[in-house]
Amino acid sequence: MCIGCKQCEQACATQNNLSYDDTIASEEYQSAHKLTCILTRGDKFMRRLCMNCEDPSCASVCPVGALKKTALGPVTYDPSKCMGCRYCMVACPFSVPKYEWGKLFPKVQKCVMCPDRVAQGKQTACAEICPTGATKFGERDALIAEAQQRIRENPGKYVDHVYGLEEVGGTSVLLLSAVPFETFGYRTDVSKDPLPMLTYRILSHIPDFVPLGGMVLGGVWWITHRREEVALAEGRPAEKKNGGKQ
Amino acid sequence: MARTTSFRLTFWKLVFLFLLAAGLYATFVRFAQGLGASTNLSDRFPWGIWISFDVLCGVMLAAGGFTLTAAVHILNIKRLHSIIRPTILTAFLGYILVCAALMYDLGKPYNIWHPLIMRNPHSVMFEVAYCVMLYTTVLALEFSPIVLERFNLQKPLKVVRTILIPLVICGVILSTLHQSSLGTLYLIVPEKLHPFWYSPLLPAFFFISAIAVGLAMTIFESSLSSKHFGLQLELPVLQELGRVLIIVLGVYAILRFEDLANRGVLKLAFHRGYEAYFFWLEILLAIVLPLALLLQNGLYLAAVSTVLGFITNRMNVSITGFEGSTGVRYFPKWTELAVTGMIIAIGFAAFGLAVKYLPIFPKEALIPEAVAEPEAAAVGNEAVLTHAGD
Repeated sequence: MCIGCKQCEQACATQNNLSYDDTIASEEYQSAHKLTCILTRGDKFMRRLCMNCEDPSCASVCPVGALKKTALGPVTYDPSKCMGCRYCMVACPFSVPKYEWGKLFPKVQKCVMCPDRVAQGKQTACAEICPTGATKFGERDALIAEAQQRIRENPGKYVDHVYGLEEVGGTSVLLLSAVPFETFGYRTDVSKDPLPMLTYRILSHIPDFVPLGGMVLGGVWWITHRREEVALAEGRPAEKKNGGKQ
Repeated sequence: MARTTSFRLTFWKLVFLFLLAAGLYATFVRFAQGLGASTNLSDRFPWGIWISFDVLCGVMLAAGGFTLTAAVHILNIKRLHSIIRPTILTAFLGYILVCAALMYDLGKPYNIWHPLIMRNPHSVMFEVAYCVMLYTTVLALEFSPIVLERFNLQKPLKVVRTILIPLVICGVILSTLHQSSLGTLYLIVPEKLHPFWYSPLLPAFFFISAIAVGLAMTIFESSLSSKHFGLQLELPVLQELGRVLIIVLGVYAILRFEDLANRGVLKLAFHRGYEAYFFWLEILLAIVLPLALLLQNGLYLAAVSTVLGFITNRMNVSITGFEGSTGVRYFPKWTELAVTGMIIAIGFAAFGLAVKYLPIFPKEALIPEAVAEPEAAAVGNEAVLTHAGD
């Protein structure tokens, strides 16, 4: 349905107070000054933007909670909290977060799904401006049903896959495509499970590990020193001392 | 490298001044013009050498601190007591320099304290931040007796000695946690990191190799110090560390290859390719050479090889392993290298100054013994520079 008019790019730039001109319009990649872009492959178009995952890696890895998944869907970013470790950029399975490398006090930039508009019950800027309805805003469940219905009713028109339904545990952005998603650089080999579990599985053991480790180490210390005391008391020569400092 | 009381410009002082000057200029570029102008980092390659070397390797090279304090204070192995102070000094300096390097790498370094009050317990980075903060404090306390002794402050000295054992236990736990957590950091990128290095066992690999490097660094730095400062350290002590190193490296090697075989990527290693070359370089330096040398009694060279091997490993996990999926070849800009060079140089200089002015080495070590260390005698001048990152 997309005709590649790039009005969504323009609307997105306006919404996020970013400049937009012909040079920026011709860039076919996301960056700190372009949060969504239209990709052109022959006569097919596709959008790239933050997927606003259901269980986002970026929010999970952010040490200060600058990135957050909100109940309405958007994954938001609070630059005043951010310290610039850029773990979100490393962790994102879609490599979405971008950085203001040229600035002295840089921020992370990504599509945040217009959280203010969504909170007011409005559509995202890109969906509102789209002249053909190629970008559609709505409840996730309703959109999934519509996507599956479109695939069912138009055999051969779409790849039989709703991208974002299961990818990394589901995303708030869902995509339909007439050509394989890899054509536009969307990886189809990503995990079906949310990635944050991979690290949290380990992290969640820490509260058990700390007291347990403390007890084991304390126990070993007690045994080794008790052994020495017993040896001294029995008049056996203890281990030769080297340092003498304790 | 004889020490003189009056200031004389020796070769190594010249090298130090050069690295310091280059580093200071790079510091200026970094903080006046930002990360874009001072690094080769990009949206596709957000972490470079400051994370790979200064932080990942820096923390790893400082691992002797917790390994040796555990051996001496918890396991009560008194033979190792003579080498514990230089090891704690290395660890303490290492962590201070890691924190310094972080100030360069963070986009907004003035927010470095944010994890203190803005907590996200789901974030590995949050855990690392807390552990590094707490462990640096522990190291400062473990190091404090050396300073307190120097100024003969008996009362605080008594306090620190009373809490020493709980302190050591805290240090060991904190180290275990964040040494492994540096590996856990990469668990969240199964699709981005090359299968040679992405493994569910990354936390275990990082922890075991930290112990190996801790031991290797202790052997390395004791040999080097005895040469450089004219001290006499007991070779049997280092040889004992060498024997433990054989076991640790053996365990690591078995786990590493079992994991590769289980995940079915071992056959990838026998195809020519960029990643395969770096993989074999790592295996050669970190496992094959050290084990061969240790069995031949080549203690010093084995330690050097272990350290270089695991530096290669950390660089592979954080740089080489990402180049395929990001489609970018990353090589650090001169400013990134200059800052890292300056940090290494400051580490050396601070170690030297501390040994000169503080009671780091036991007094008996200053008495020359008849048995000379053949390995330490073989230390060339060039080797000094490879003592990297702490």
